[in-house]
Amino acid sequence: MLKTVIAGALMAAGLAAAGEPVLVTGAGATFPFPLYSRWFADYDKVRPDVRFNYQSIGSGGGIQQITAGTVDFGASDAPLTDEQLGRIPDVVHVPTVLGAVVLTYNAPMPSLRLTPEIVAGIYLGRIARWDDAAIAAANPGVALPAEDIAVVHRSDGSGTTNIFTNYLSKVSPEWKEKVGFATSVRWPTGLGGKGNEGVTGLVKQTPGAIGYVELAYAKQNGLPMAALRNHDGRFVAPTIASTSEAAAGVEMPADYRVSITDARGPGAYPIASFTYLLVHRDARDPVRGEAMIRFLWWAIHQGQAAAAPLDYAPLPRAVVERVERTLRALTVQGRPVSLAPAR
Amino acid sequence: MRLRRRLADLAMTGLCALAVGVALVPLASLLWLVVSRGLPGLTPAFLLGRPAPVGDPGGGVGNGIVGTFLMVGLASLLAVPIGVGAGIFLAEEGDGPLGRAIRFVAEVLACVPSIVLGIVAYAVVVIPMGHFSAIAGAVAMALLMVPPLARATEEFVRLVPGTLREASLALGVPAWRTSLRVVVRTALGGITTAMLLAVARAAGETAPLLFTSLNNQYWNLRPDLPTASLTVQIFNFAISPYESWHAQAWSGALALLLLVGVLNLLARFAARDRLGGGSR
Amino acid sequence: MAASLARLPTAAPSPRRSRRAGDRLWSVGLVAAGGAILLVAGLVILVLGRAAAPAFHALGVGRFLAGQDWDPVSGAFGALPFIYGTLVTSAVAILVALPVAVGLSLFLAEMGPPRLRPPVAFAIETLASIPSVIYGLWGLFVLVPWVRTTVEPLLGRLLGWLPLFTGPRIGLGYLSAGLILAVMILPTIAAVTQEVLRSIPPALKEGALALGATRWEMIRIAVLPTARAGILGATLLGLGRALGETMAVTMVIGNAPEIHASLFAAGYSLPAVIANEFAEATSPLHLSALAALALVLLGVTLVLNSAARVLVLLTSRRLGEAS
Repeated sequence: MLKTVIAGALMAAGLAAAGEPVLVTGAGATFPFPLYSRWFADYDKVRPDVRFNYQSIGSGGGIQQITAGTVDFGASDAPLTDEQLGRIPDVVHVPTVLGAVVLTYNAPMPSLRLTPEIVAGIYLGRIARWDDAAIAAANPGVALPAEDIAVVHRSDGSGTTNIFTNYLSKVSPEWKEKVGFATSVRWPTGLGGKGNEGVTGLVKQTPGAIGYVELAYAKQNGLPMAALRNHDGRFVAPTIASTSEAAAGVEMPADYRVSITDARGPGAYPIASFTYLLVHRDARDPVRGEAMIRFLWWAIHQGQAAAAPLDYAPLPRAVVERVERTLRALTVQGRPVSLAPAR
Repeated sequence: MRLRRRLADLAMTGLCALAVGVALVPLASLLWLVVSRGLPGLTPAFLLGRPAPVGDPGGGVGNGIVGTFLMVGLASLLAVPIGVGAGIFLAEEGDGPLGRAIRFVAEVLACVPSIVLGIVAYAVVVIPMGHFSAIAGAVAMALLMVPPLARATEEFVRLVPGTLREASLALGVPAWRTSLRVVVRTALGGITTAMLLAVARAAGETAPLLFTSLNNQYWNLRPDLPTASLTVQIFNFAISPYESWHAQAWSGALALLLLVGVLNLLARFAARDRLGGGSR
Repeated sequence: MAASLARLPTAAPSPRRSRRAGDRLWSVGLVAAGGAILLVAGLVILVLGRAAAPAFHALGVGRFLAGQDWDPVSGAFGALPFIYGTLVTSAVAILVALPVAVGLSLFLAEMGPPRLRPPVAFAIETLASIPSVIYGLWGLFVLVPWVRTTVEPLLGRLLGWLPLFTGPRIGLGYLSAGLILAVMILPTIAAVTQEVLRSIPPALKEGALALGATRWEMIRIAVLPTARAGILGATLLGLGRALGETMAVTMVIGNAPEIHASLFAAGYSLPAVIANEFAEATSPLHLSALAALALVLLGVTLVLNSAARVLVLLTSRRLGEAS
């Protein structure tokens, strides 16, 4: 019964398809969503015959749904683990842009400096008040409110969580042992919000809250961000420049699966990351497959110009050249797509 | 002594009156806020537009409204024949063991949380089809609609006087035409009410759509593609940090409230019209 | 009646065989529609059972139900924080909604002017028809700030010696979720309670009044004891709705898989965790554990609803015999 209905619907859909724009569906990371929504809107003008429907449900969702085969592409700021990649060996990571995870807060301090120990302490639940001695020591002269800290984290499977917990695992042995890092972890404390949107929303509405979100979300909402003490011992504010510097010294592996948290360099912001689109090495659908590859080519070239105005750092030159080679190696039903040389 | 009893009576009456007030406060607050915050943004552009990229001004829920209608329509195509058919079966032949089993199961199904039905639709439609789609959302909605439809249809068909049926049969009309033309037609007002109520409930659902129809920022009329819905858009707007999206959440809520309200009013009128004063 | 008869279709002069075929087709169609309901129920159980089996196998049913950890990194999945959150928020909802619903029903049925009945009944029905995402929106922007700035400080000051009302006052948490559920289940409880009150034989009440009882005494002596089981059934029906409610709860409960004694703390509920994580779980075990949570939710709801129906049925049957 159900099958006939579905088959009938599919047939009707096939008839209607002629002449309509192709819809390519993707889901995943909320971290780059402000940029991706801009990209897909702009690309709609470049290629009106192709539409990209992107739903920012979280990186975990991007990974699960491309594994289940329910989307044409996934998006994640967390590189797939070996185990996840083992389930979908034909998936390629395509880095699109760099972003920073910032600690944003809802408290009356115009500026705030945090050390790795304080961040870990807050998220482990050990530092529970804003006027804690450790926070005061890092912020001489700053008036700290005598309030409880409301810790906010993600409730969904998240690449932002992966980046943040990856950072905490590097800087805090206790965190590494007790919690570890992944797209979803067992939080020792705190409230959960859905997506970067949800976490930002909760921080904004909850006095005393602290949360970790992508730079663009804090900036666009006028929320303050903490400067973090980096690997070199300096306090660095999250900016496009300090994000780019975090990626400057990176040794990029062939499959792009790399972490640049706690990077070296005097001006490097310590919680930065590439974000990826996940696509099939060989696309099964000829139309959507080619559309996807052409979009990616556009994104790493023309698209990069939209990054900085939205507070993302463009890909380093060397990475763009490598991604070009990767895109040329992608195929649609076994055949490569001819791509224009880089301008 | 008398005074104390009087006072107790008065106090309890006061408390119960207070309960009426307490119950109405949240309703008043909710309605007032949805209207006062939602009305300024409820422009034609909002109702006919589609969502704008983050940071861009404007944007609307037109594609979500269309998506909700599309899915509710598909869901009705699935649910109405099954629900009404099962209801007639229960009314006419439902006194045997099979009828009792179906009635019991329908009651049980009616209280299954909608999110659970969403998981079922995901497993049965999304995974085999290979992608999210309006039809998957519609299946989840249909699962939600069938049990109350069946129960309501049964009740209304049972209200039809047996004499009417017997008269028709005695005139030599075949049983199936009697059922369809006499019994169902007489109960049609009630059945329409039940359908409208089921549709109103389905249109307001969010949870099962999150992983069946997903969402779509474009217009879509194809049943096999991911589809926006008014409710999922309201949810996304509401949890976002952007003030302009919050405003859109309230306006979307007002639009949804109007839609559901109109369906409920229609349901009332359908019941009043067709059944007439006598049979109630 | 006469008018109805006039509407009867004239019998088609069709040969007997085709008539019988029509009848058979019709009845097969009806049976199929009825059977579809059984099929759907079977499908629900089959799908959930199959999806949940790996989690029950890997973790063990007991360990899964009693486990307090929800740790996707190490693959430990325990359902207890979600079961706890679901039960606590539902309990708050019942404690708040039940007295209000009963008071309201008594006022409408026994005390207040009859003129008041239709508008209030209409308002309560409206409350029942508001989609849950709108409750969530209202909860997030109106209820939560109010709970944070008014309710929690007040409760903390008056009853702060109870562990129930301690800890940071965030607004999001069990209390807000419970309150919003209370608003949502109020119409259910009120509607069923009013039905139960209506079914009480007037002779019972008139008897009490004739003996010189005040109205409240009449309610206490004659109405409440008779309606008790029915009201309990109404409560259980409301509880059934509270348990399965997803969107409004996930927007205000705080989404933290923890167990806290304090109602001010953030928690999690079964439907909320499914809504948040089902489309996003990256390991098969995680996904299976979520399906297992759905199965637990299904089980709890079914047991409660069956109990509620039996209670309502028993009351009306007893009353039927009495009158």
